Amino acid sequence: MRLENIGAMIEVSGLGVTFRAGRRSIAAVSGLSFSVAPGETFGIVGESGSGKSTVLKAIAGLVPPSLGSIAIAGRIVAMRRSKADRRQMQFVFQDPYGSLHPRHTIHQALREPLAIHGLDEAERRIADAIAEVGLGREHFFRYPHELSGGQRQRVAIARALILAPPILLLDEPTSALDVSIQAEILNLLAKLRRDRQLTSILVSHDLAVVAHLCDRIAVLQGGKLVELLDVARLRGGDLREAYTRQLLQASRGYSRDDSAS
Amino acid sequence: MTEPPLLQVANLDVSFLQRGGGVTHAVRNVSFALGRERLAIVGESGSGKSTVGRAMLGLVPRPGVVTANRIAFDGIDLRSLSPRQWRQYRGRRISMVMQDPKYSLNPVKKIGAQIMETYSLHRRGGAGQARRHALEMLEAVRIRDPDLVFDAYPHQLSGGMGQRVMIAMMLIAEPDLLIADEPTSALDVTVQNQVLRILDDLVAQRGMALIFISHNLTIVSSFCDRVLVMYAGRIVEECDARHLHLARHPYTQALVAAAPEIDRPKAELLTVQRDPAWLT
Amino acid sequence: MTAGSRTIEPSGLVSVRRWLADEAPRSAAQAFFGKTWRGAMALSGNPAALAGFVIVVALALAALCAPWLAGGASPLTQDLAHRLAPPSSASWFGTDELGRDIYARTLFGARATLTIVALVAAIVAPIGLVVGTVAGYLGGWVDAVLMRITDIFLAFPRLILALAFAAALGPGLENAVIAIALTSWPSYARVARAETVTIARSDFIAAMVLLGAPTWRILLRHIAPLCLSSVIVRLTLDMAGIIITAAGLGFLGLGQQPPAPEWGAMVSSGRSVILDQWWVSTIPGIAIFLASLGFNLLGDGLRDLTDPKNL
Repeated sequence: MRLENIGAMIEVSGLGVTFRAGRRSIAAVSGLSFSVAPGETFGIVGESGSGKSTVLKAIAGLVPPSLGSIAIAGRIVAMRRSKADRRQMQFVFQDPYGSLHPRHTIHQALREPLAIHGLDEAERRIADAIAEVGLGREHFFRYPHELSGGQRQRVAIARALILAPPILLLDEPTSALDVSIQAEILNLLAKLRRDRQLTSILVSHDLAVVAHLCDRIAVLQGGKLVELLDVARLRGGDLREAYTRQLLQASRGYSRDDSAS
Repeated sequence: MTEPPLLQVANLDVSFLQRGGGVTHAVRNVSFALGRERLAIVGESGSGKSTVGRAMLGLVPRPGVVTANRIAFDGIDLRSLSPRQWRQYRGRRISMVMQDPKYSLNPVKKIGAQIMETYSLHRRGGAGQARRHALEMLEAVRIRDPDLVFDAYPHQLSGGMGQRVMIAMMLIAEPDLLIADEPTSALDVTVQNQVLRILDDLVAQRGMALIFISHNLTIVSSFCDRVLVMYAGRIVEECDARHLHLARHPYTQALVAAAPEIDRPKAELLTVQRDPAWLT
Repeated sequence: MTAGSRTIEPSGLVSVRRWLADEAPRSAAQAFFGKTWRGAMALSGNPAALAGFVIVVALALAALCAPWLAGGASPLTQDLAHRLAPPSSASWFGTDELGRDIYARTLFGARATLTIVALVAAIVAPIGLVVGTVAGYLGGWVDAVLMRITDIFLAFPRLILALAFAAALGPGLENAVIAIALTSWPSYARVARAETVTIARSDFIAAMVLLGAPTWRILLRHIAPLCLSSVIVRLTLDMAGIIITAAGLGFLGLGQQPPAPEWGAMVSSGRSVILDQWWVSTIPGIAIFLASLGFNLLGDGLRDLTDPKNL
């Protein structure tokens, strides 16, 4: 397996992920290859069953790939990641209600990564992380159920960035949020990306969200790559594949003329 | 409009008593009239839009208290119906389709049985007639193999199919008013438009009124005729669906501006500056 | 900062209450105590649970303060002249067949009960949590082996095992505790395992794995605290049964040995005179009933409190 793009931060080659359910096996992802340059925000878009979340989890090391390889900063990573590997990338989950421990205060939630990796000056780092995502000292000792969805997602982002990873993986980070809160979180993500020069992969079913934040987009259907394109082409409507056109049209809203079943 | 409005609501108020003694007003002073048209009620979570829908069906859960100067459906006062009288209206004259068919279909009964049950509750005729009507409805919602789906269980259907089955079940008794509470929010975007198309055709064919509750401005502006925008239990705007982008209330304008758009890149998305004046 | 509008409470209490109820706690301690206080307030809103709590506290007080509550009367002093005396102003609950004051013996008997309850809880909860969380989280062959070991212990009938222990090691309180603990821990392991399997699928656990947290840390600091409430509820409800089992062992002469008072043994010794001198068996019997009831009510209340529907 050659590395196509030597300068890539993340390189996925021929990735396949198969799940076994009893006697049946389902190929959630097959034959997927793409690369993400340093500082780039890469979008993966698709509907349910497209395998987009599975790809992200495979890159993060949460599910084992059945085929293919994943390389981070030029080095192929094994399924078993070391602590140092873990510091390279962090994850923001879709459900703000499920990604924080219900019995830990925000302060405790942010202390965990620092304690695990033995970083000093915990209080200063926690205070900085909280301020960076737009929350205040009054939130330090609250429990997750005392915060709103948007606030929880901010804490999840703060936790992901407190170890200063160069790579951030985002799995539908705003799908569970109201549109006004989504706007706040998307603005926050754009600012953090600028400030920290993050390399990110954003997974979403919402083309508009992906177009807003990403430089390049991969469209997935049934676990396979349908089309890889720049945001400029997407906005210009210059699409090569029928499925991508269908997706774009559907995102525009309801139209009597072309909703054939 | 020469016909009197089908549904008239004046000063609707729904409040919930809290354990500590406080009162939460989920809906405050909501008034609107509905003819044989598609009305959207739009708002974010906590705006009270779903509660309004449930109040129309007498389904506000206890400890909610519903008060209004008027809730009149086809001339009948819905405020004073007994549970027995409600049963004659629900399903037969007013129906509701909800968000996730996973939760609104009985998981241990076959689809056909559920649709037939709904039919038998509201219409006369034996099992044979009920079965025929059920299959007809399944065809009307464009299910390709109605016989197969008739004998299937809910968990065997995809989200889009399940929602079509829900629509079939809720329309089989031919209600005058359909309340759809986020009917497409749990569906993929390509499936959404298929389901909306089915709703569109059925509503038009049967001359039904439709209340479409949603948080999605894109769908609502393209699918409905009129839009009510709710914020913190109140209606802050009422306008034509096509003119949503010309809205006058700052909250509506902010909602429209806050969504990212594919065609127009925005450097930064507008966030809603909540004005306490909106709460009055 | 002036005190609140309530002038009846001393200002010190008002500020403590305000500190606990503060919505934006300023320290980890304030957050923790605030959460505990809120839970206590919720519990006190449930009359049955409150009654259970009061009974359990009374049991603890009876055991700890027995010498003072008994007013100097000794549970061991025999007075054969006044044996089997009915309840009177001299001895509130009457005397038993050896003339010992039943009131004093009931109070001191609470010690044996409390000892068994405390020791069993202290043994089964940690063992059950460790076995359950490890089995649930690691899965695979570790899970299979641990669960089979659990099954083996679950197969032993409690009373028969206690009899076997008594036969082998001699009767006594410690052996009764061991017998009860050995047959009780499996259910806690099962409860903890079931909870762990659900919790392990959560995003916040995945987040910890992604942070590089070692397994022991995840089990100890993230999974075990969430299993704790189910285990505590189960323990409290089981206490009722354990008290009765301990009394049963005492009734058979296998628990705390005479002359130290123990409720089950007291019931047993009054068997022959139960029709005429009912107080000898009935009073300790009522004590067993009340203690069991108290734990039952408290357990129900705690279960309602921690029910996910109410959270």
